[in-house]
Amino acid sequence: MEYFYTLISQTYKILFLLLPLLTAVAMIVWLDRRVWAFVQKRKGPNVVGPFGLFQSLADALKYIFKEIIIPASSNKIVFILAPITTMTLALISWAVIPFSEDFVLANINVGILYLFAISSLGVYGIIMGGWASNSKYPFLGAIRSAAQMVSYEVSIGVIIINVLLCVGSLNLTDIVLAQDKVWFVIPLFPMFVIFFISALAETNRPPFDLPEAEAELVAGYQTEYSGMMYAMFWLGEYANILLMCAMGSILFLGGWLSPINIYPFDLVPPALWFIMKILVLFILFALVKAIVPRYRYDQLMKLGWKIFLPFSLIWVVLTAGFLLYFDLLPKV
Amino acid sequence: MIAHAFFFYFFSFIAVVSAIMVTVSKNTVHSVFFLILDFISISSLFIMIGAEFLGMIMLIVYVGAVAVLFLFVVMMLNVAKQKNTWFKSSTNSAHLPIGLLVSIIIFFEVIIVIGGWKYKPELSNKIVVSDVTNTHSIGNVLYTDYIHLFQLSGMVLLVAMIGAIVLTFRKREGLKRQSYFKQLSRERNDGVSLVNVKSHQGVKIDD
Repeated sequence: MEYFYTLISQTYKILFLLLPLLTAVAMIVWLDRRVWAFVQKRKGPNVVGPFGLFQSLADALKYIFKEIIIPASSNKIVFILAPITTMTLALISWAVIPFSEDFVLANINVGILYLFAISSLGVYGIIMGGWASNSKYPFLGAIRSAAQMVSYEVSIGVIIINVLLCVGSLNLTDIVLAQDKVWFVIPLFPMFVIFFISALAETNRPPFDLPEAEAELVAGYQTEYSGMMYAMFWLGEYANILLMCAMGSILFLGGWLSPINIYPFDLVPPALWFIMKILVLFILFALVKAIVPRYRYDQLMKLGWKIFLPFSLIWVVLTAGFLLYFDLLPKV
Repeated sequence: MIAHAFFFYFFSFIAVVSAIMVTVSKNTVHSVFFLILDFISISSLFIMIGAEFLGMIMLIVYVGAVAVLFLFVVMMLNVAKQKNTWFKSSTNSAHLPIGLLVSIIIFFEVIIVIGGWKYKPELSNKIVVSDVTNTHSIGNVLYTDYIHLFQLSGMVLLVAMIGAIVLTFRKREGLKRQSYFKQLSRERNDGVSLVNVKSHQGVKIDD
């Protein structure tokens, strides 16, 4: 009986997290397009609803009513599983994100490892989609994306080690609470920059959107997808981008902590600070998309393996040496 | 407790079935997908016994990196077209004796380990109850008592990596590589020179 009570209360909590999250993903797509448009002195989507806010809703309806086409020569089970995998993996990682000190679905000991593991699984949706389509462009896109995501994961892992050295715990709540005095963006600023760029590459955002470079690969791994299945890829991608922004704000920008802990600022609920930090990071993502031209593939690989990886490894040594010398290592 | 048992049997059933499917499925790419499913259910089992760090590392290393490379190789070599016929054909059974030998050795190793536990129960039932999370306790052991073995295994991996690079590396002729340092350190004098060209003689370039 007690077990069923837990089950029902957990389901309620999950729904309470997922529904706002999906709405936020739809809104973030609109925000992305608006920011992109403003940089290029266009208006962007502004027709449906106030300021075009319902544009994503209209798009979603359009995708739902479109026909789903499954290519005859495709591997049908894997073809259908691919968008489901992408969407599921993008959503389950939100289980461990702490919105405030007591507002978290699962406060597990190895929260950051869980996030890292799930984001490293994200590549499967793309590989499965590219392979199952049984067509050349999706396959090339999938191969590119596999190499790209695996490479940049390595540097993200090393950056996470930098932060963990300063915290002494893998728990996300502990990571945020350790930034009570100073956010890690100040002592570890170069790591924040590299994390941001690696996050762009990890989520296949421009300037690293080579898996779907339309000039070379039509639409990459999404070429054969249509209707709701395409929309699921699309939603999963944006949920992943939001997740990377949340990870960045937890690791470097102090999560739900307010920037100045004095009277008018501590009235703001902590979750709101967290959401604002995510939004600031996301607007940076959107600006980069509008400003920077696409990388060449060999340059992308060179950047990941020959510049980011050695640099962040050197920073691990520096951080560890600094903490050890000044006796600042966190006590367990 | 019932829920715990239910989840344990659920994950172990998936692990065993997908391990069998790895060997019997006809399509090689499907085999790799079943292998991934196997890894995921094993890591769920790790998490269920409270070894959350091992479970997550299993996900990151095996599923996130090793299986991706497996899949990569299987797709690139186009072995998807080769049908797996080990269990069907009677003539081509060169793999079968070796496979049987390896599996028998592994089977006896498992028996020795479990037999050791049964023989000396205090070896297996060392459950340390403390406030330290298992990440910290692994770190405490790995970087103090076993530091030499840990470094040695790192060296083995490094040697394996260098070996793989040496085996596959080939120098290709006529390839233009981009060097950022060369590009950025190039100055005006290296590229441009002012020449007085005599009339009706032209200037010789590329010498």
